[in-house]
Amino acid sequence: MNSLFTPLSWNDTGFILTGVMNTVTISVLAIVLGTVLGLIVGFIRAESNKLVNMLFGGLLDVLRSVPLIIQLVLFSTFVGAAGIPLDPFVAGSIVLSLYTMAFMSEVFRSGFESVPVSMQTAARSLGMNHWQTIYHIRLPIGLRAVFPSWLGVALSVIKDSALVSVIGYMELLRTSEQLISRTQQPLEILIGVGIFYFIISYPLSSYGRYVERKMAI
Amino acid sequence: MISIQNVHKSFGDLEVLKGVSLDVANGEVLSIIGGSGSGKSTLLYCINAIEAIHKGKIIVDDVDVHSKDTNKDKLRQKLGMVFQQWNSFPHLTVLENAALAPRIVKKMSKDEAIEIAKKELEHVGLGDKFDVYPTKMSGGQQQRLAIARALAMKPDYMLFDEVTSALDPELVGEVLDTLRLLADEGMTMICVTHEMGFARDVSDRVAYFHQGVIAEIGEAKQVITDPQNPLTQKFLSKVR
Amino acid sequence: MTYEFHWNVVFQKMPELLNGAFVTLHVSVLAMLLGIVIAILLAIAKMNNSKPFCYVATAWVETARNTPALFQIYMAYFGLGAFGIHLSPYVAVLSALVFINAGYLTETFRGGFQSIPSTQYSASKSLGMNSIQVYRYIILPQMLRRIYHPMTNQFVWSILMSSLGILVGMSELSGTTQRLQSLSFRTLEFFIVAAVMYFIITKLVLISSSLLSRKLFRGEI
Repeated sequence: MNSLFTPLSWNDTGFILTGVMNTVTISVLAIVLGTVLGLIVGFIRAESNKLVNMLFGGLLDVLRSVPLIIQLVLFSTFVGAAGIPLDPFVAGSIVLSLYTMAFMSEVFRSGFESVPVSMQTAARSLGMNHWQTIYHIRLPIGLRAVFPSWLGVALSVIKDSALVSVIGYMELLRTSEQLISRTQQPLEILIGVGIFYFIISYPLSSYGRYVERKMAI
Repeated sequence: MISIQNVHKSFGDLEVLKGVSLDVANGEVLSIIGGSGSGKSTLLYCINAIEAIHKGKIIVDDVDVHSKDTNKDKLRQKLGMVFQQWNSFPHLTVLENAALAPRIVKKMSKDEAIEIAKKELEHVGLGDKFDVYPTKMSGGQQQRLAIARALAMKPDYMLFDEVTSALDPELVGEVLDTLRLLADEGMTMICVTHEMGFARDVSDRVAYFHQGVIAEIGEAKQVITDPQNPLTQKFLSKVR
Repeated sequence: MTYEFHWNVVFQKMPELLNGAFVTLHVSVLAMLLGIVIAILLAIAKMNNSKPFCYVATAWVETARNTPALFQIYMAYFGLGAFGIHLSPYVAVLSALVFINAGYLTETFRGGFQSIPSTQYSASKSLGMNSIQVYRYIILPQMLRRIYHPMTNQFVWSILMSSLGILVGMSELSGTTQRLQSLSFRTLEFFIVAAVMYFIITKLVLISSSLLSRKLFRGEI
């Protein structure tokens, strides 16, 4: 037996589960924060004038046009250089949430803008005020329309969360990478990782497509 | 001449044509009326070989439409067809819509095809729309484009499948006027239609389809104003 | 903040960074072209009724859509080693991107094709066109308009995702940046410049794509 490498065993279960939990934690956190922020920004953009819009638009554009991996490295290096080093989990959560927000805000903006003006006029004619119209008409109708797109972004966040490994966060893929270098059994471990992502992602993406089809009719 | 001989056609278990026989002479205008599901539109699709038939024969100018040896693409050149949904090609301008088939099917030169297309578009009153995209036009204009597009192939026969059914009421007139114009010019036409006034005034003969067979056929004015078959009477009293 | 920026180091290495950017574009274009070819085959297989082809295509599409790109790259780079296949970083990243592009584009193509109403086919047939002419002049041009924007987005995605090459030591823009910063320790400067370059590349792609679309597609749908 080669003493340097030890094969995969049941003792590794805890280690793998930690990786799984970390992937789930940071994904859920980024989806929740990204959704809340995206909702606010999307609403502001749908409501506001051209100048504010362009300002936000430019910022969001940068977040969407620079690879996530570069954003992660830049942010963690930057806070380090600024003298406030952050835990990889915190740094990763911040970057991933902002990245998610950039996509979510576009989703929500298009949702708000898809609600026909005639519906809002109808609501106003019933005596609802501006905020009541937003709360009872634009929000529910706009949100329902964008659900499939929202789910699409959320799913890509789960997959993109794998990249947080570059700044040292022990999510699933980094866990498996370490196991691979110890066991030298890349295929078994990677297939296991792939199955994990697939099991989470496939039912949700199928459901999203189902809803989309139903809404199209 | 179009000769339809004992034609049967089924979709699965559902027999929509149960032995239809009919001759349309050159220069004749025949209108087909009937309720939905009576098989009248299906017959047009069978004449144009878009749908196959299961029994019987359709002969167009001595050519057996559904024979294996028939070049159906070539045959369709002499049978122009216009659909209920106008089916304009949205990626082409009005002029390109009408000039495409003469150019690629009849292998005309570009100039020749454009000249013919312009002539037919002016014919249907779209002389000022050459460079417009069809999606920018009304349904009535798009339907007239579909007619011009078919005419540009210089067909010997024209088949019209409920060409006014999908139009807003105020647009029906302009399309019917175009059909009337073609009839006056002597085009051989088969029109599946719900416009009883049009059927009475413009066509030579009218056929009433009921459940896959011709229940009554005769001189246009007689069938519409004085139907002999009780089924025709019932149908006409309902649509009026 | 005590950090002092030193940009000179970065500018001296500009030729190498530009070379990295070229490799990024290179691998993305290739991944797109190969992805398109495979996606056409997969889309045909999926729409075909022959079961085995349909299953293979579905498995491909769903795996590509439901697993992370980084996983695909690791599979190509480490996983295939179990079969004695050792790919270079470039080929590993390329094959992962091709795999994913093909998966996503298959659905794009299929959706684009199915969005053309069948009446366009019968209308063309009634004018005497043969099947090849119908596809050449009517179906494909309309389809191209509908899949053009999703395809552009997929291309931009490929450019951004090729940055994962950093993790397997590929010398595209990110990998080059990583190597240069580790020699000089000017991490921030190098990665800021890389970020700007990615931004410019994606913007240039989007602008030229919309210029091209204006030239290609005059009509609206």
